[in-house]
Amino acid sequence: MSLPYERRLTISSVAADPELPDRLEHIWKTKPGLYGWISSVDHKEIGIRYIVTAFIFLLVGGIEALIMRIQLAQPDGQLLSPEQYNQLFSLHGITMIFLYALPVLSGFSNYLFPLVLGARDMAFPRLNAFSYWVYVAAGVFMYASIAVGAAPNNGWFNYAPYALKDYNPGPNMDFYALGMVFLGVSTTVGAVNSLATVMRLRAPGMSINRLPILVWGTTTASAGILLAVPAASLAFFLLWLDRTAGTHFFDARTGGQPLLWQHLFWIFAHPWVYIIVLPAMGMVSDALPILCRRPLVGYTLVVLGTISTMALGFGVWVHHMFATGLPFLASSFFSGASFVITIPSAIAVFAWIATIWFGRPIFTTAFHYCAAFIPLFVIGGVSGVMTASVPADLQLHDTYFVVAHLHYVLIGINLFGVLGGLYFWFPKMTGKMLDERLGRIAFWIVFIGFNVAFLPMHLTGFMGMPRRVYTYPAVSGWGGVNMVSTVGAFILAFGIGTIVINIIISVGRGKAAGPNPWDAPTLEWAVSSPPPSYNFAVIPTIASRHPLWEERLGESHARSSLDVGPVLDQGKETLATTVIDAEPDAILKMPDDSPWPLALTMLLAVLFTGLLVHAWIIVGMGTLACLAALLGWLWPSHEKLQISGARQ
Amino acid sequence: MTEADATASEMEFDKAIPVGSPGHKASGWFGMWMLIVTEAALFLYLLFTYYYLAIWNSGHFLPPDPPSLHLAVPNTALLLASSVAAWWAEAGIKRGQRRRLTIGLLATVVLGVVFIGIQVLEWLDKPFRWDTDTYGSLYYTITGFHMAHVAGGVLMLLALLLWNGMGFFDRERHAQVSVVVIYWHFVDAVWLTIFFTFYITPFLS
Repeated sequence: MSLPYERRLTISSVAADPELPDRLEHIWKTKPGLYGWISSVDHKEIGIRYIVTAFIFLLVGGIEALIMRIQLAQPDGQLLSPEQYNQLFSLHGITMIFLYALPVLSGFSNYLFPLVLGARDMAFPRLNAFSYWVYVAAGVFMYASIAVGAAPNNGWFNYAPYALKDYNPGPNMDFYALGMVFLGVSTTVGAVNSLATVMRLRAPGMSINRLPILVWGTTTASAGILLAVPAASLAFFLLWLDRTAGTHFFDARTGGQPLLWQHLFWIFAHPWVYIIVLPAMGMVSDALPILCRRPLVGYTLVVLGTISTMALGFGVWVHHMFATGLPFLASSFFSGASFVITIPSAIAVFAWIATIWFGRPIFTTAFHYCAAFIPLFVIGGVSGVMTASVPADLQLHDTYFVVAHLHYVLIGINLFGVLGGLYFWFPKMTGKMLDERLGRIAFWIVFIGFNVAFLPMHLTGFMGMPRRVYTYPAVSGWGGVNMVSTVGAFILAFGIGTIVINIIISVGRGKAAGPNPWDAPTLEWAVSSPPPSYNFAVIPTIASRHPLWEERLGESHARSSLDVGPVLDQGKETLATTVIDAEPDAILKMPDDSPWPLALTMLLAVLFTGLLVHAWIIVGMGTLACLAALLGWLWPSHEKLQISGARQ
Repeated sequence: MTEADATASEMEFDKAIPVGSPGHKASGWFGMWMLIVTEAALFLYLLFTYYYLAIWNSGHFLPPDPPSLHLAVPNTALLLASSVAAWWAEAGIKRGQRRRLTIGLLATVVLGVVFIGIQVLEWLDKPFRWDTDTYGSLYYTITGFHMAHVAGGVLMLLALLLWNGMGFFDRERHAQVSVVVIYWHFVDAVWLTIFFTFYITPFLS
């Protein structure tokens, strides 16, 4: 059999070839049944799984927070023991930061990337499934610690020496350390996938100045992940070595340095803060202008701001360590860098305000969340700048002021962006509209509850209440503000519950959405809701940033071609284009559904469990099994034209 | 001709383009480069750990006998030679020479395995263990990380040998070879930074 090394693209359209959608559906559709479910590599399926799983973790982390708020509502609370409280606040942080905040954004980007880029899937569909399964497995791995009563109990920042064996002899920190190395695999391959997709799978003509901002946000964050996550994986692995093999990285008595932990951890964790907000800022930067009926003001500046925020984010980690007695010069440098980062952030804020100002806003639920995002970002940003100042930080460090700050950042810029994105893209994902009336009621409950809970915490911090204490005496005078926060937390929870009800009702009997309910300009709205398994019958050709608004914007005479374009129907195919200019470069053969991602995940879970319980035989066998699974996964395929067919 | 027509014809759809996973246009090529970036960051943080702890413990950090170059220098030369062999093998398949690919890959594997063997000899020769002091922890952890990467590379090379034996590669289709060879070069480059850190810097102070 001779194999075609090259092919000319066939240009056609559904109008000229009415059978085309059926042929593509036959090629791309995931098989029904259990095997289809575990082997699916469809980015839309995986994206929705990511979002649903992340929301479950959000609810679990929220329940943990509510239990803590009951404990703290009054002085001398008796609900929780100190150890229970330690485990709860550690799990709450780990859950929200690692198991909710990034995975939910990964869900949106997995779902949206191929659709907004004009491709049929992500660059590595099986890797996509793998990153989801590993995320679930790592989450289950860390939560399994509850079953043996030994959840992580040293905070998500997990400082040495408290995390070392002498001071924390249980398996608590081993669950966390190994779980984070495990989760790092998922995060890393997910980032590689996003970057490869942006570089290779954009529709012809979608040069980098025509990318939607959400693509910029996730791409920038993915680059950050590649550089930041190894620091965390390494720190947690070294900690595990200290605890298991008796090495001396973090123990000061034997030449180790507890501060080494803080450096490695914050070199990772500060960029991580930008990693979990930039994609959300990107989603708002795309959704908000559509709801204001105009293009985003300052596209180029917002893109440059996104990239420079991430870059500067790698140079500010020491501002978490001002209270550790570092040299004055080091503190000054990192303080300065932390002030500078306000500039790119402010660019985005003014771009959003100007977009609303010059636009004609439609006050949908999604608009409410996107608009509320702005003041919450400003509050969280300004309280952050306050702690960037060394003298102020020495006063505020480890108080509830910092708790208020980080919740304004993470809830304000992540959760509000995500909820805005949910109301905005839910119609695309399900074909149903979310109920607007219930949605707006829920928005106000969430907005009021959030501010009642967290605005007073700034004051709690000024009054001197430290973080991570399981209770406080009545004479401290902190009872009143804490009661207000607890009431606010329950209002917030009630609002989130209302959203869940809103979703359940709409999935069942929401109004039909149609392809483009918001009259939006980007490619995902050019296909049906929900989109067909192959996304695009013909690969679109892009001539501007707003392919569906070209007639009314009249920015140029160039027109995108959405109906006529390359037909790729000789197997599972999509078009690769060049990195900068997006000119056709290759026809890629995409992998079929595969059981290997789940199989490899389960073998990895066995391997990590072996490491946890020090069962070295299981570790050895698990490693061999993982290698065998990798060989099976990577086995070349004649049909996919990865290799020569000379011997056939 | 309107500008709309101009846009459509800007894209050269009438040119034949490669199908499948051709060389540097394969998705795997891009994927491997990103893996290399994140792995480079990992080794950067490992070396940061070394220098950070070295500075904090300066004066009583190094073991009494400075690390010997006796085995390390020839071993470094060996690893560099393996990169040349890998390059030679890849250049062969680019000309469609499958036998040369086999010979080159075999030579690379042998050199890689000998490198690991000599590293193990060095390990056994050390008067300290990983739990003796901070220097020992760093030495075994960092060289261990690198050795694991060499071992991973050897396994990838063995897979290539197997697949080449099965006739999977030819002049046009050999993306897997390029992907593994670039990884092998990377692992060798990383060794140079580790060699410099452990074997050269003690003589600079």
